[in-house]
Amino acid sequence: MKDSLVLLGRVPAHPDSRCWFLAWNPAGTLLASCGGDRRIRIWGTEGDTWVCKSVLSEGHQRTVRKVAWSPCGNYLASASFDATTCIWKKNQDDFECVTTLEGHENEVKSVAWAPSGNLLATCSRDKSVWVWEVDEEDEYECVSVLNSHTQDVKHVVWHPSQELLASASYDDTVKLYREEEDDWVCFATLEGHESTVWSLAFDPSGQRLASCSDDRTVRIWRQYLPGNEQGVACSGSDPTWKCICTLSGFHSRTIYDVAWCQLTGALATACGDDAIRVFEEDPSSDPQQPTFSLTAHLRQAHSQDVNCVAWNPKEPGLLASCSDDGEVAFWKYHRPEGP
Amino acid sequence: MVQHCGGRMGGGLLGNANLLIYEHTGERPVTAGEEDQQVPDSIDAPEIFDILFLHLTHLIHSINDMEHPLMLEELNVVEQVRVQVSDPDSTVAVPFTPTIPHCSMATLIGLSIKVKLLCCLPQYSAFHICPSHLVNKQLADKERVAAALENTHLLEVVNQCLSACS
Repeated sequence: MKDSLVLLGRVPAHPDSRCWFLAWNPAGTLLASCGGDRRIRIWGTEGDTWVCKSVLSEGHQRTVRKVAWSPCGNYLASASFDATTCIWKKNQDDFECVTTLEGHENEVKSVAWAPSGNLLATCSRDKSVWVWEVDEEDEYECVSVLNSHTQDVKHVVWHPSQELLASASYDDTVKLYREEEDDWVCFATLEGHESTVWSLAFDPSGQRLASCSDDRTVRIWRQYLPGNEQGVACSGSDPTWKCICTLSGFHSRTIYDVAWCQLTGALATACGDDAIRVFEEDPSSDPQQPTFSLTAHLRQAHSQDVNCVAWNPKEPGLLASCSDDGEVAFWKYHRPEGP
Repeated sequence: MVQHCGGRMGGGLLGNANLLIYEHTGERPVTAGEEDQQVPDSIDAPEIFDILFLHLTHLIHSINDMEHPLMLEELNVVEQVRVQVSDPDSTVAVPFTPTIPHCSMATLIGLSIKVKLLCCLPQYSAFHICPSHLVNKQLADKERVAAALENTHLLEVVNQCLSACS
């Protein structure tokens, strides 16, 4: 396990500040980082080193908490504590803020693009999740305001292939939403975590969802469709999501992020104990009750809390991480050979 | 470090109030003046209440003009400050109950009470926090604390607390 996660390099992405989040563009050639210095930086490679290609500094008045690339890779959305979401249009190395989405009452905690590219979701400490539609003229319109959570909403993520949205909250739950007629509705609430749920990640198939929490566990949830073979009860035509696995005892502090590699299925976590961990599903385990093994545990990956981990979408094993120490680190993960 | 305190301080009486308990360390050097004048070593409840009342009044008025224009009475924090000094245990208990525990001000109020009393009670440098789960959870949420402190107005007020002690 010692050599399964190897450091490729570090960059002082947000000096004298904290780096909150990272996002790879769909082509896997650029990494966007954002932080407490109110800036977004775009990183690319020049030979073997990572260099800063652009700095987006005029968009927000306060911390930029998350960034997300559109599926086409031409736009970047940024969510800020200043209660707005900026949409940036990419023109080679330049980014221009083309729209600012307003409406949330206070800090925006997350933004995510649906795979179709036509929908965007945002969430906030105001407890709501907003769904926005974007048309061919780059006009954004809020089509739904969802007030299902009872507390601060920390993260939103779209299903990889269905128009299904998931949100994670300070109220200790995960909620799932779909479109019904002309509006969006919450069709499931996943309970089980004992504290704030910080982040979510779907597996490559979209059948399973990983959630990570302040309760120091990762939970894996599985979708059961009506009429499923396992006999799991469903209400009407909605699927039921059940917790099929809990990873506990591995993390000694809050888990801030979880990332599910769409190429290899490996699960990475970012933890408040400064470590990065990788888990892999045991190939012989029962799909209804899977077991995961810890295949990498890198202590002191950063000198402070790790806030985000992100798998490169094109290069298997390439992982980026960022921290309260303001740095971004790049890693190569090799699944360790079995005994 | 957070420790559970319920039974010792008569948790039933205080119910769900947030609680900051200050413990006498017993290490404070005795000055010549104190030896001569028999100045009481321990602080009493009314004195602590006065310190807090003035401090919280200032704090609340300072932050009164931001996102929620709340009045002192609405916040109800000051009214519910009922300080208890326990000589046998050499502890001071400070219950406080913000009526709007989920807003960023509750975090700030909790932090500022802690800072203020740590400065004003040097002989009570060890302390236990037994806050209500609601406030404790906010104080432990670094994203919430970062966002609250980022509001420069609130940061100024916290800095004032700190500089008043130096």
